[in-house]
Amino acid sequence: MENLIALLVAAPLLGAAVLLCGGRALDRVGHLLGTLLAAGSFVIAVVLFSDMLGKSPEDRTFSQHLFSWIPVEGFQADVAFQLDQLSMTFVLLISGVGTLIHIYSIGYMEHDERRRRFFGYLNLFLAAMLLLVLADNYLLLYVGWEGVGLASYLLIGFWQHKPSAATAAKKAFLVNRVGDMGLSIAIMLMFTTFGTFAFGPVLDSVGDTSEGKLTAIGLMLLLAACGKSAQVPLQSWLGDAMEGPTPVSALIHAATMVTAGVYLIVRSGAIFNAAPDAQLVVTIVGAVTLLFGAIVGCAKDDIKKALAGSTMSQIGYMVLAAGLGPIGYVFAIMHLVTHGFFKAGLFLGAGSVMHGMNDEVDMRKYGALRKYMPVTFVTFGLGYLAIIGFPGLSGFFSKDKIIEAAFAKGGTEGWILGSVALLGAAITAFYMTRVMIMTFFGEKRWQPDAEGHEPHPHESPSSMTIPMIVLAVGSVFAGGFFSIGDRFLNWLEPVTGHDHGHAPISAGVVTGATMVCLVIGVGIAWLQYGRREIPVVAPRGSLLTRAARRDLLQDDFNHVVLVRGGEHLTRSLVYVDHTLVDGVVNGTAASVGGLSGRLRKLQNGYVRSYAVSMFGGAAVIVAATLLMRAV
Amino acid sequence: MNPVNYLYLACLLFTIGATGVLIRRNAIVVFMCIELMLNACNLAFVAFSRMHGNLDGQIFAFFTMVVAAAEVVVGLAIIVSLFRSRHSASVDDASLMKL
Repeated sequence: MENLIALLVAAPLLGAAVLLCGGRALDRVGHLLGTLLAAGSFVIAVVLFSDMLGKSPEDRTFSQHLFSWIPVEGFQADVAFQLDQLSMTFVLLISGVGTLIHIYSIGYMEHDERRRRFFGYLNLFLAAMLLLVLADNYLLLYVGWEGVGLASYLLIGFWQHKPSAATAAKKAFLVNRVGDMGLSIAIMLMFTTFGTFAFGPVLDSVGDTSEGKLTAIGLMLLLAACGKSAQVPLQSWLGDAMEGPTPVSALIHAATMVTAGVYLIVRSGAIFNAAPDAQLVVTIVGAVTLLFGAIVGCAKDDIKKALAGSTMSQIGYMVLAAGLGPIGYVFAIMHLVTHGFFKAGLFLGAGSVMHGMNDEVDMRKYGALRKYMPVTFVTFGLGYLAIIGFPGLSGFFSKDKIIEAAFAKGGTEGWILGSVALLGAAITAFYMTRVMIMTFFGEKRWQPDAEGHEPHPHESPSSMTIPMIVLAVGSVFAGGFFSIGDRFLNWLEPVTGHDHGHAPISAGVVTGATMVCLVIGVGIAWLQYGRREIPVVAPRGSLLTRAARRDLLQDDFNHVVLVRGGEHLTRSLVYVDHTLVDGVVNGTAASVGGLSGRLRKLQNGYVRSYAVSMFGGAAVIVAATLLMRAV
Repeated sequence: MNPVNYLYLACLLFTIGATGVLIRRNAIVVFMCIELMLNACNLAFVAFSRMHGNLDGQIFAFFTMVVAAAEVVVGLAIIVSLFRSRHSASVDDASLMKL
């Protein structure tokens, strides 16, 4: 049974190889092949899952050693897989949501002549992402980490004929490189500290290591997580990544790849538990990003960018929970899974709306779509209720747990983190209600597109609506299913450990406060957008709104501090190079040249002058000899 | 007769030869001055041989004569070919070996 693990990765990898190398001959069946292999991976995952459920919690870690990758004295890198409860959760989410999005893409990309290639890239992504979560050492994880980065780059820039898409792909790649540097430095630090980078030995020997080293490793891992999961300060790429096709945004930039950072932190939990300073930084990053993403999400008129801000914010919740240590690990992963359902569903809904509206993304030009796209409306609506935490739906259970855990951290820290999480819940309710009202309610504000075609909104084909329905069902029931009887907690506890913390206020009070925040958020959004006419052209807005429209000036900040700073740095380095380094080199050359030019004059070609030097030399030697004799 | 006087003569001849090499331009004269220096050396060798009472100096004088004879052959050949190509026997005209 354990030998099936490699097949999980192999199936989509085979699909990618065949689809990308197969050429145009496969154009007609490429999408079916890609979907079939993704589904195959999901079936294997379910088989392994049922096998795992049949065992006692202690025996649930499967491993498979494939081959020795780099067998060198003192350096052992293996291609080996480890499937435990944490990996299993991810494998099911990735292959499950991945398969649904493959099915959705069949309809969404129907008119794109490069559909085969699109499916090849999607399969490549699945293979890399599964490798990332199945690896049993950090080096192999790094391979998957880079693989998803590559797939993300290829898919964001899939419509590369648009300069904006090509630029966005490059931006995502470059920002991710910064994070990847963090991961590679962390792996090097691990190797020098522990002499290995396999999960087991590294995480077991944490106790014998100094806290300083663990803090350094933890911070480098956090940098990696920030890059991949779009956390402050490496968040700027996610909004632009929405240039990619919508299924890509749903799969990679909402449900799976962007959660890799959370996986990394939870997987390295033992390191963070032993390094409280690094943990504190993790919670700060999570809390800041949570508010940052939420504020950006409030101001965007582009439906996908509003959802991207929301993704950033929700991952901020997960990172915050992961930073809380054993109190929060389980809830971080639980929110990750429920978020995978409802956010993928919301993105697919947004894609469906765009599909019916001539690819219009500006929500100010939507309105009243609920009558024209009933299935999209209902599924999007359920996703909406789930993300704002409507009682009984997925987001209610998972987000509530995170807010409770934040308070349970204890002390002033706990109060601050808990309040930030509560505030985030209110803002979430606000911006999601805004999206909902602007898209599906109110009056029609439809505008003809650039070629003058009036939009004729229609419901999407069943290949698109079925995945949306499945994800909506997940959004509704997953949270309750996980929480009732603490199923998810019991499932993950053997891997991540769990600690209840000391909650200063009872769970009921937290839930009540969350509900109050929810009502306030929805209420303000309704007063703002539900009761009034929504202008087609965005009003100028307050200072904060304008800043939030520009992603809270993150690009301006990067431009002024990093780009300009980098330019000044290189200029000053060039100046030093030209004056100091070149000065020394050129000065030496010039002085040697000048000296030899003067010495050259001695060679005048006159025999008599050579004779003088000969006689002079002889006279000197004779004089010296006589002098020596006299002494 | 005091053999040291021969050494004074040898010094005088050598100095005349060296001065001639340095100040004269005609290659033939320079060449003769070199011969003068060689012969001054020979005279010194022979005088030393006499003073020390052994034959080493005289043997060296013979060696010098053989070398001088060979040198005359080569040197004159160079001067003749130089004169043929440049129509001048001035050593200053042949100052091409410079940068």
